Amino acid sequence: MARKRREIGKAGWRRTAVSTVISFIYFFPVLWIILTAFKSHTDALSTPPKFIFTPTLENFASVFARAYERGGAAVDTHFDLFFFNSIFIAGASVGVALVIGTVAAYGFSRWPLRGNETYLFIILTTRMLPPIIVIIPIFIMFRLSGLSGSYVGIILLYAAFNLPFTIWMMKSFFDEIPREVEDAARMDGSSEMKIFFRICLPQVKAGIAATAVFGLILTWNEFLFALLLTGRDTRTVPVAMAQTIGGDIGVRWGLLAAIETLFLIPVVIVTFLLQNQLLRGVTFGTIKR
Amino acid sequence: MAVTTYHAEHGTLLERFFERNRGPLLVSPALAVLFIMNIFPLLWSFGLSFYRYRANRVKEPEFVWFKNYQKVLTDPVVWERFQTTAIVVTVDVLLQLVVGFLLALLFEKTFPGRRVLLMLVLTPMMLSFVAVGAFFRYYYEPTFGLLSQAVKAVTGEPFILLGSEVGALAGIIFADVWMWSPFVMLLVLAGLVSVPKHLYEAAEIDRASWWRRFWTITFPYIRGLLLLAILFRTIEAFKLFDIVFLITEGGPGTSTETIAVYVYRVAFQYFKTSQSAALGYILLFVVIVLTNLYLFFVRRRDVEEQ
Repeated sequence: MARKRREIGKAGWRRTAVSTVISFIYFFPVLWIILTAFKSHTDALSTPPKFIFTPTLENFASVFARAYERGGAAVDTHFDLFFFNSIFIAGASVGVALVIGTVAAYGFSRWPLRGNETYLFIILTTRMLPPIIVIIPIFIMFRLSGLSGSYVGIILLYAAFNLPFTIWMMKSFFDEIPREVEDAARMDGSSEMKIFFRICLPQVKAGIAATAVFGLILTWNEFLFALLLTGRDTRTVPVAMAQTIGGDIGVRWGLLAAIETLFLIPVVIVTFLLQNQLLRGVTFGTIKR
Repeated sequence: MAVTTYHAEHGTLLERFFERNRGPLLVSPALAVLFIMNIFPLLWSFGLSFYRYRANRVKEPEFVWFKNYQKVLTDPVVWERFQTTAIVVTVDVLLQLVVGFLLALLFEKTFPGRRVLLMLVLTPMMLSFVAVGAFFRYYYEPTFGLLSQAVKAVTGEPFILLGSEVGALAGIIFADVWMWSPFVMLLVLAGLVSVPKHLYEAAEIDRASWWRRFWTITFPYIRGLLLLAILFRTIEAFKLFDIVFLITEGGPGTSTETIAVYVYRVAFQYFKTSQSAALGYILLFVVIVLTNLYLFFVRRRDVEEQ
């Protein structure tokens, strides 16, 4: 009897059906928040929960300006500033970390120091350590130097926070590219500058992009440092969000859901773009495949 | 290896200096930033842990040797917090392994639409702790929360998950497991891909059972990555702060106060600055040991693969 050999590594539409159901259950907490963001106040609080409703944008409008009492005038919530802060601080700090970190990663990969591995270990440890240990001295340092609540302070801090990740990630990309081309160029008398900028960097372009995006997400999401070290004018969205939960929001879940939705959408889009680099990214470049 | 170039032997003094010290020069800006923002604060903390000092008082710090460590290590409250943390870490990581593994089995093979569905499952781990904390706070909310409503529909009684100690712990662990199981899945998937196909084909011919095939073929290939997943998640779960802070704030009472939340309270609510530094250093020690183990296994895996 000829037994039809099942193809290994491939499953058909049946697997699609099962996976769709499970994936949607898994994604449901996110989905429900996005749905809640489009509900009116009464729909958001209805029992039993409403799956079908007329979508409204009122929550999104009141993220930025809302009336604190019935019939009162709409007051600016400064959330536009907080979103700007989040974008600006993440962008600037990732930029700084990327420049310094890529150069350092190139050094660690191509011109190993004595005790190279030890340096790399210490660098990774600074990323793994509970942030609470360094935060007390940093808190005091910032207060003494007047950096507390300033853009410069938090950007520098986040740059340092991103550096270990950037170095490990970029080193893993530099380690992967073959050295023959560089050595050949060296034989031909190319300057080291030229080798770095014209030969090595172009080969890790995709790596730089992935590292930048991961850094942006990490910074965008960060909470504890921002909570303790940003002031009223430099507050980032996660802090503002946490304060909204504890503060003036009461049971306005639709509003909170709208803030979350605005905050999450960039991350969700980016996750899709990063899919192939995700494993390396979440393990700081220690696991490539 | 580095090829010595023309400038190393000839060239001006400056060129020769650059040439000879290329490695140190390339990494020094990064090391400088890390020193200022990480190493220096760490050393400061270390120093602080030997003094009696409160950040909200003007009183001069007083050198007290190991008194802070002694105080912290003999404090029953600290041990209680360590116990809570141990429970959270153990249950949390175990569940992440199970869920992550099952998810990996689901996505092991290619099928139509896999890429999009995979993204849905991978999204939680990219989200902010604050957002995830806020989600679940909403779902656990006694009157309007989805979970509470679902339970009430079944039992007819109002359900307040975060009202009991066990419930609050479960609520926190559930949120963290939901968030980080995809991480385990990703590592297991990487392991599954590395299994040579011909081994499965051989097993197919032998008509080996699924279970046997799993233990003799699949498991050896994913063992290494599973171990890395466990270590990585243990380090992270050990530091669990944001989710607890957002969902329960350590309550009810102090039943969900993990060690990271406790250090935060000691430092910024009780202002026992130097005691929190001593406690922080005990945490740091644990993390260093775990990170060392992690890197050890990463290297071993790299060597095996070559």
